[in-house]
Amino acid sequence: MSGWMTALAGGMLIGAAATVLLLFNGRIAGVSGMVNGVLLPRRGDVAWRVLFLLGLVAGGGIYLSLVPGAYTPRAGFPVPALVVAGLLVGFGTRMGNGCTSGHGVCGLGRLSLRSLAAVLTFMATAIATTFLIRHVWS
Amino acid sequence: MTRFLWVALISGVLFGVGLAMSGMTDPQRVLGFLDIFGDFDPTLLFVLGGAVAVTAIAFRFVLRRPAPVFADRFQISHLRGVDRQLLGGAALFGIGWGIAGYCPGPALAGLGVLSREALWFVPAMVAGALIHRAVTRV
Repeated sequence: MSGWMTALAGGMLIGAAATVLLLFNGRIAGVSGMVNGVLLPRRGDVAWRVLFLLGLVAGGGIYLSLVPGAYTPRAGFPVPALVVAGLLVGFGTRMGNGCTSGHGVCGLGRLSLRSLAAVLTFMATAIATTFLIRHVWS
Repeated sequence: MTRFLWVALISGVLFGVGLAMSGMTDPQRVLGFLDIFGDFDPTLLFVLGGAVAVTAIAFRFVLRRPAPVFADRFQISHLRGVDRQLLGGAALFGIGWGIAGYCPGPALAGLGVLSREALWFVPAMVAGALIHRAVTRV
C-alpha cells in the first residue's frame, strides 16, 4: 500500500477503536485523559484505562516490530528537546483536557465546539513551532 | 476479566495498531506534516480525515442509544464554552508537539518497541501532567 492508503486505513482503524470504546463502554478514547486518570485515580476507574493503554503500547509495538519499514527511529534528536517537549505535552494536555485523540478524533467526531477550538489552537502553535525551528532558528 | 475490561484492551490494541499503521508514530513524518511552509508532507491529513470520518458518522448512531452496551451511561465531557484553560493548554501542547513530533498516543506506542525517544519523552510527559496537577492544587 502506498503512504496515503496506510495513513487512511490507520486513521480509520483509530476511529473504529474509538467507536468500539464508546459503543460498548461509553467512554471517550482520549489518550492524555487516560494517562491522567491513571496518575490521579478514582476508585473503580483505573483498570480499564490501564488495559487500554497497555493494549495501545502492545498493538503499536507489535505492528512496528513486525511490519518491515514501519519503525524508522530518528538518530541524533537531542534529549533536552525531547524532555522539554514531553513536559509541555503533559502539562498542556492536562490543562486543556485533551490531545489529538480526545479533542481531535473524538471531539471533532461528536462536533464539539470546544474540541474544534482546541484542535485549531494546537495545530496553529505546532505549525508555528515547526516553522520557527526549521526555518528561523536553524 | 469482565467484558468491559476486554473491550478496553481490544480498543487499545486497535488504536495502537492504527497509530503505527498510519505513520503517526514516526515523528519525522509528523514534523513534515506540520512544516506547511517548507517540505510539507500531506499524508497525515488522511489519518485525521479517516479517523474523524469514522467517528463523525459512527458516534451519531452510537450516541442515539440510551446507554452503551456494557455500562449504564455515556461518560462524555459536559464542559461548555471556550476558555483560557482550554486554549492555553492546547497552545502549550501544540508547542511541545511541534518541537519533537510526538503527541501522547504515538509516544506511548513507541514504548512498545522501546524507542529511545519514547523512553525520554513519556516520563517527561507524565512529569508535565504531575506539575500541572501540583500547581493547580493550591
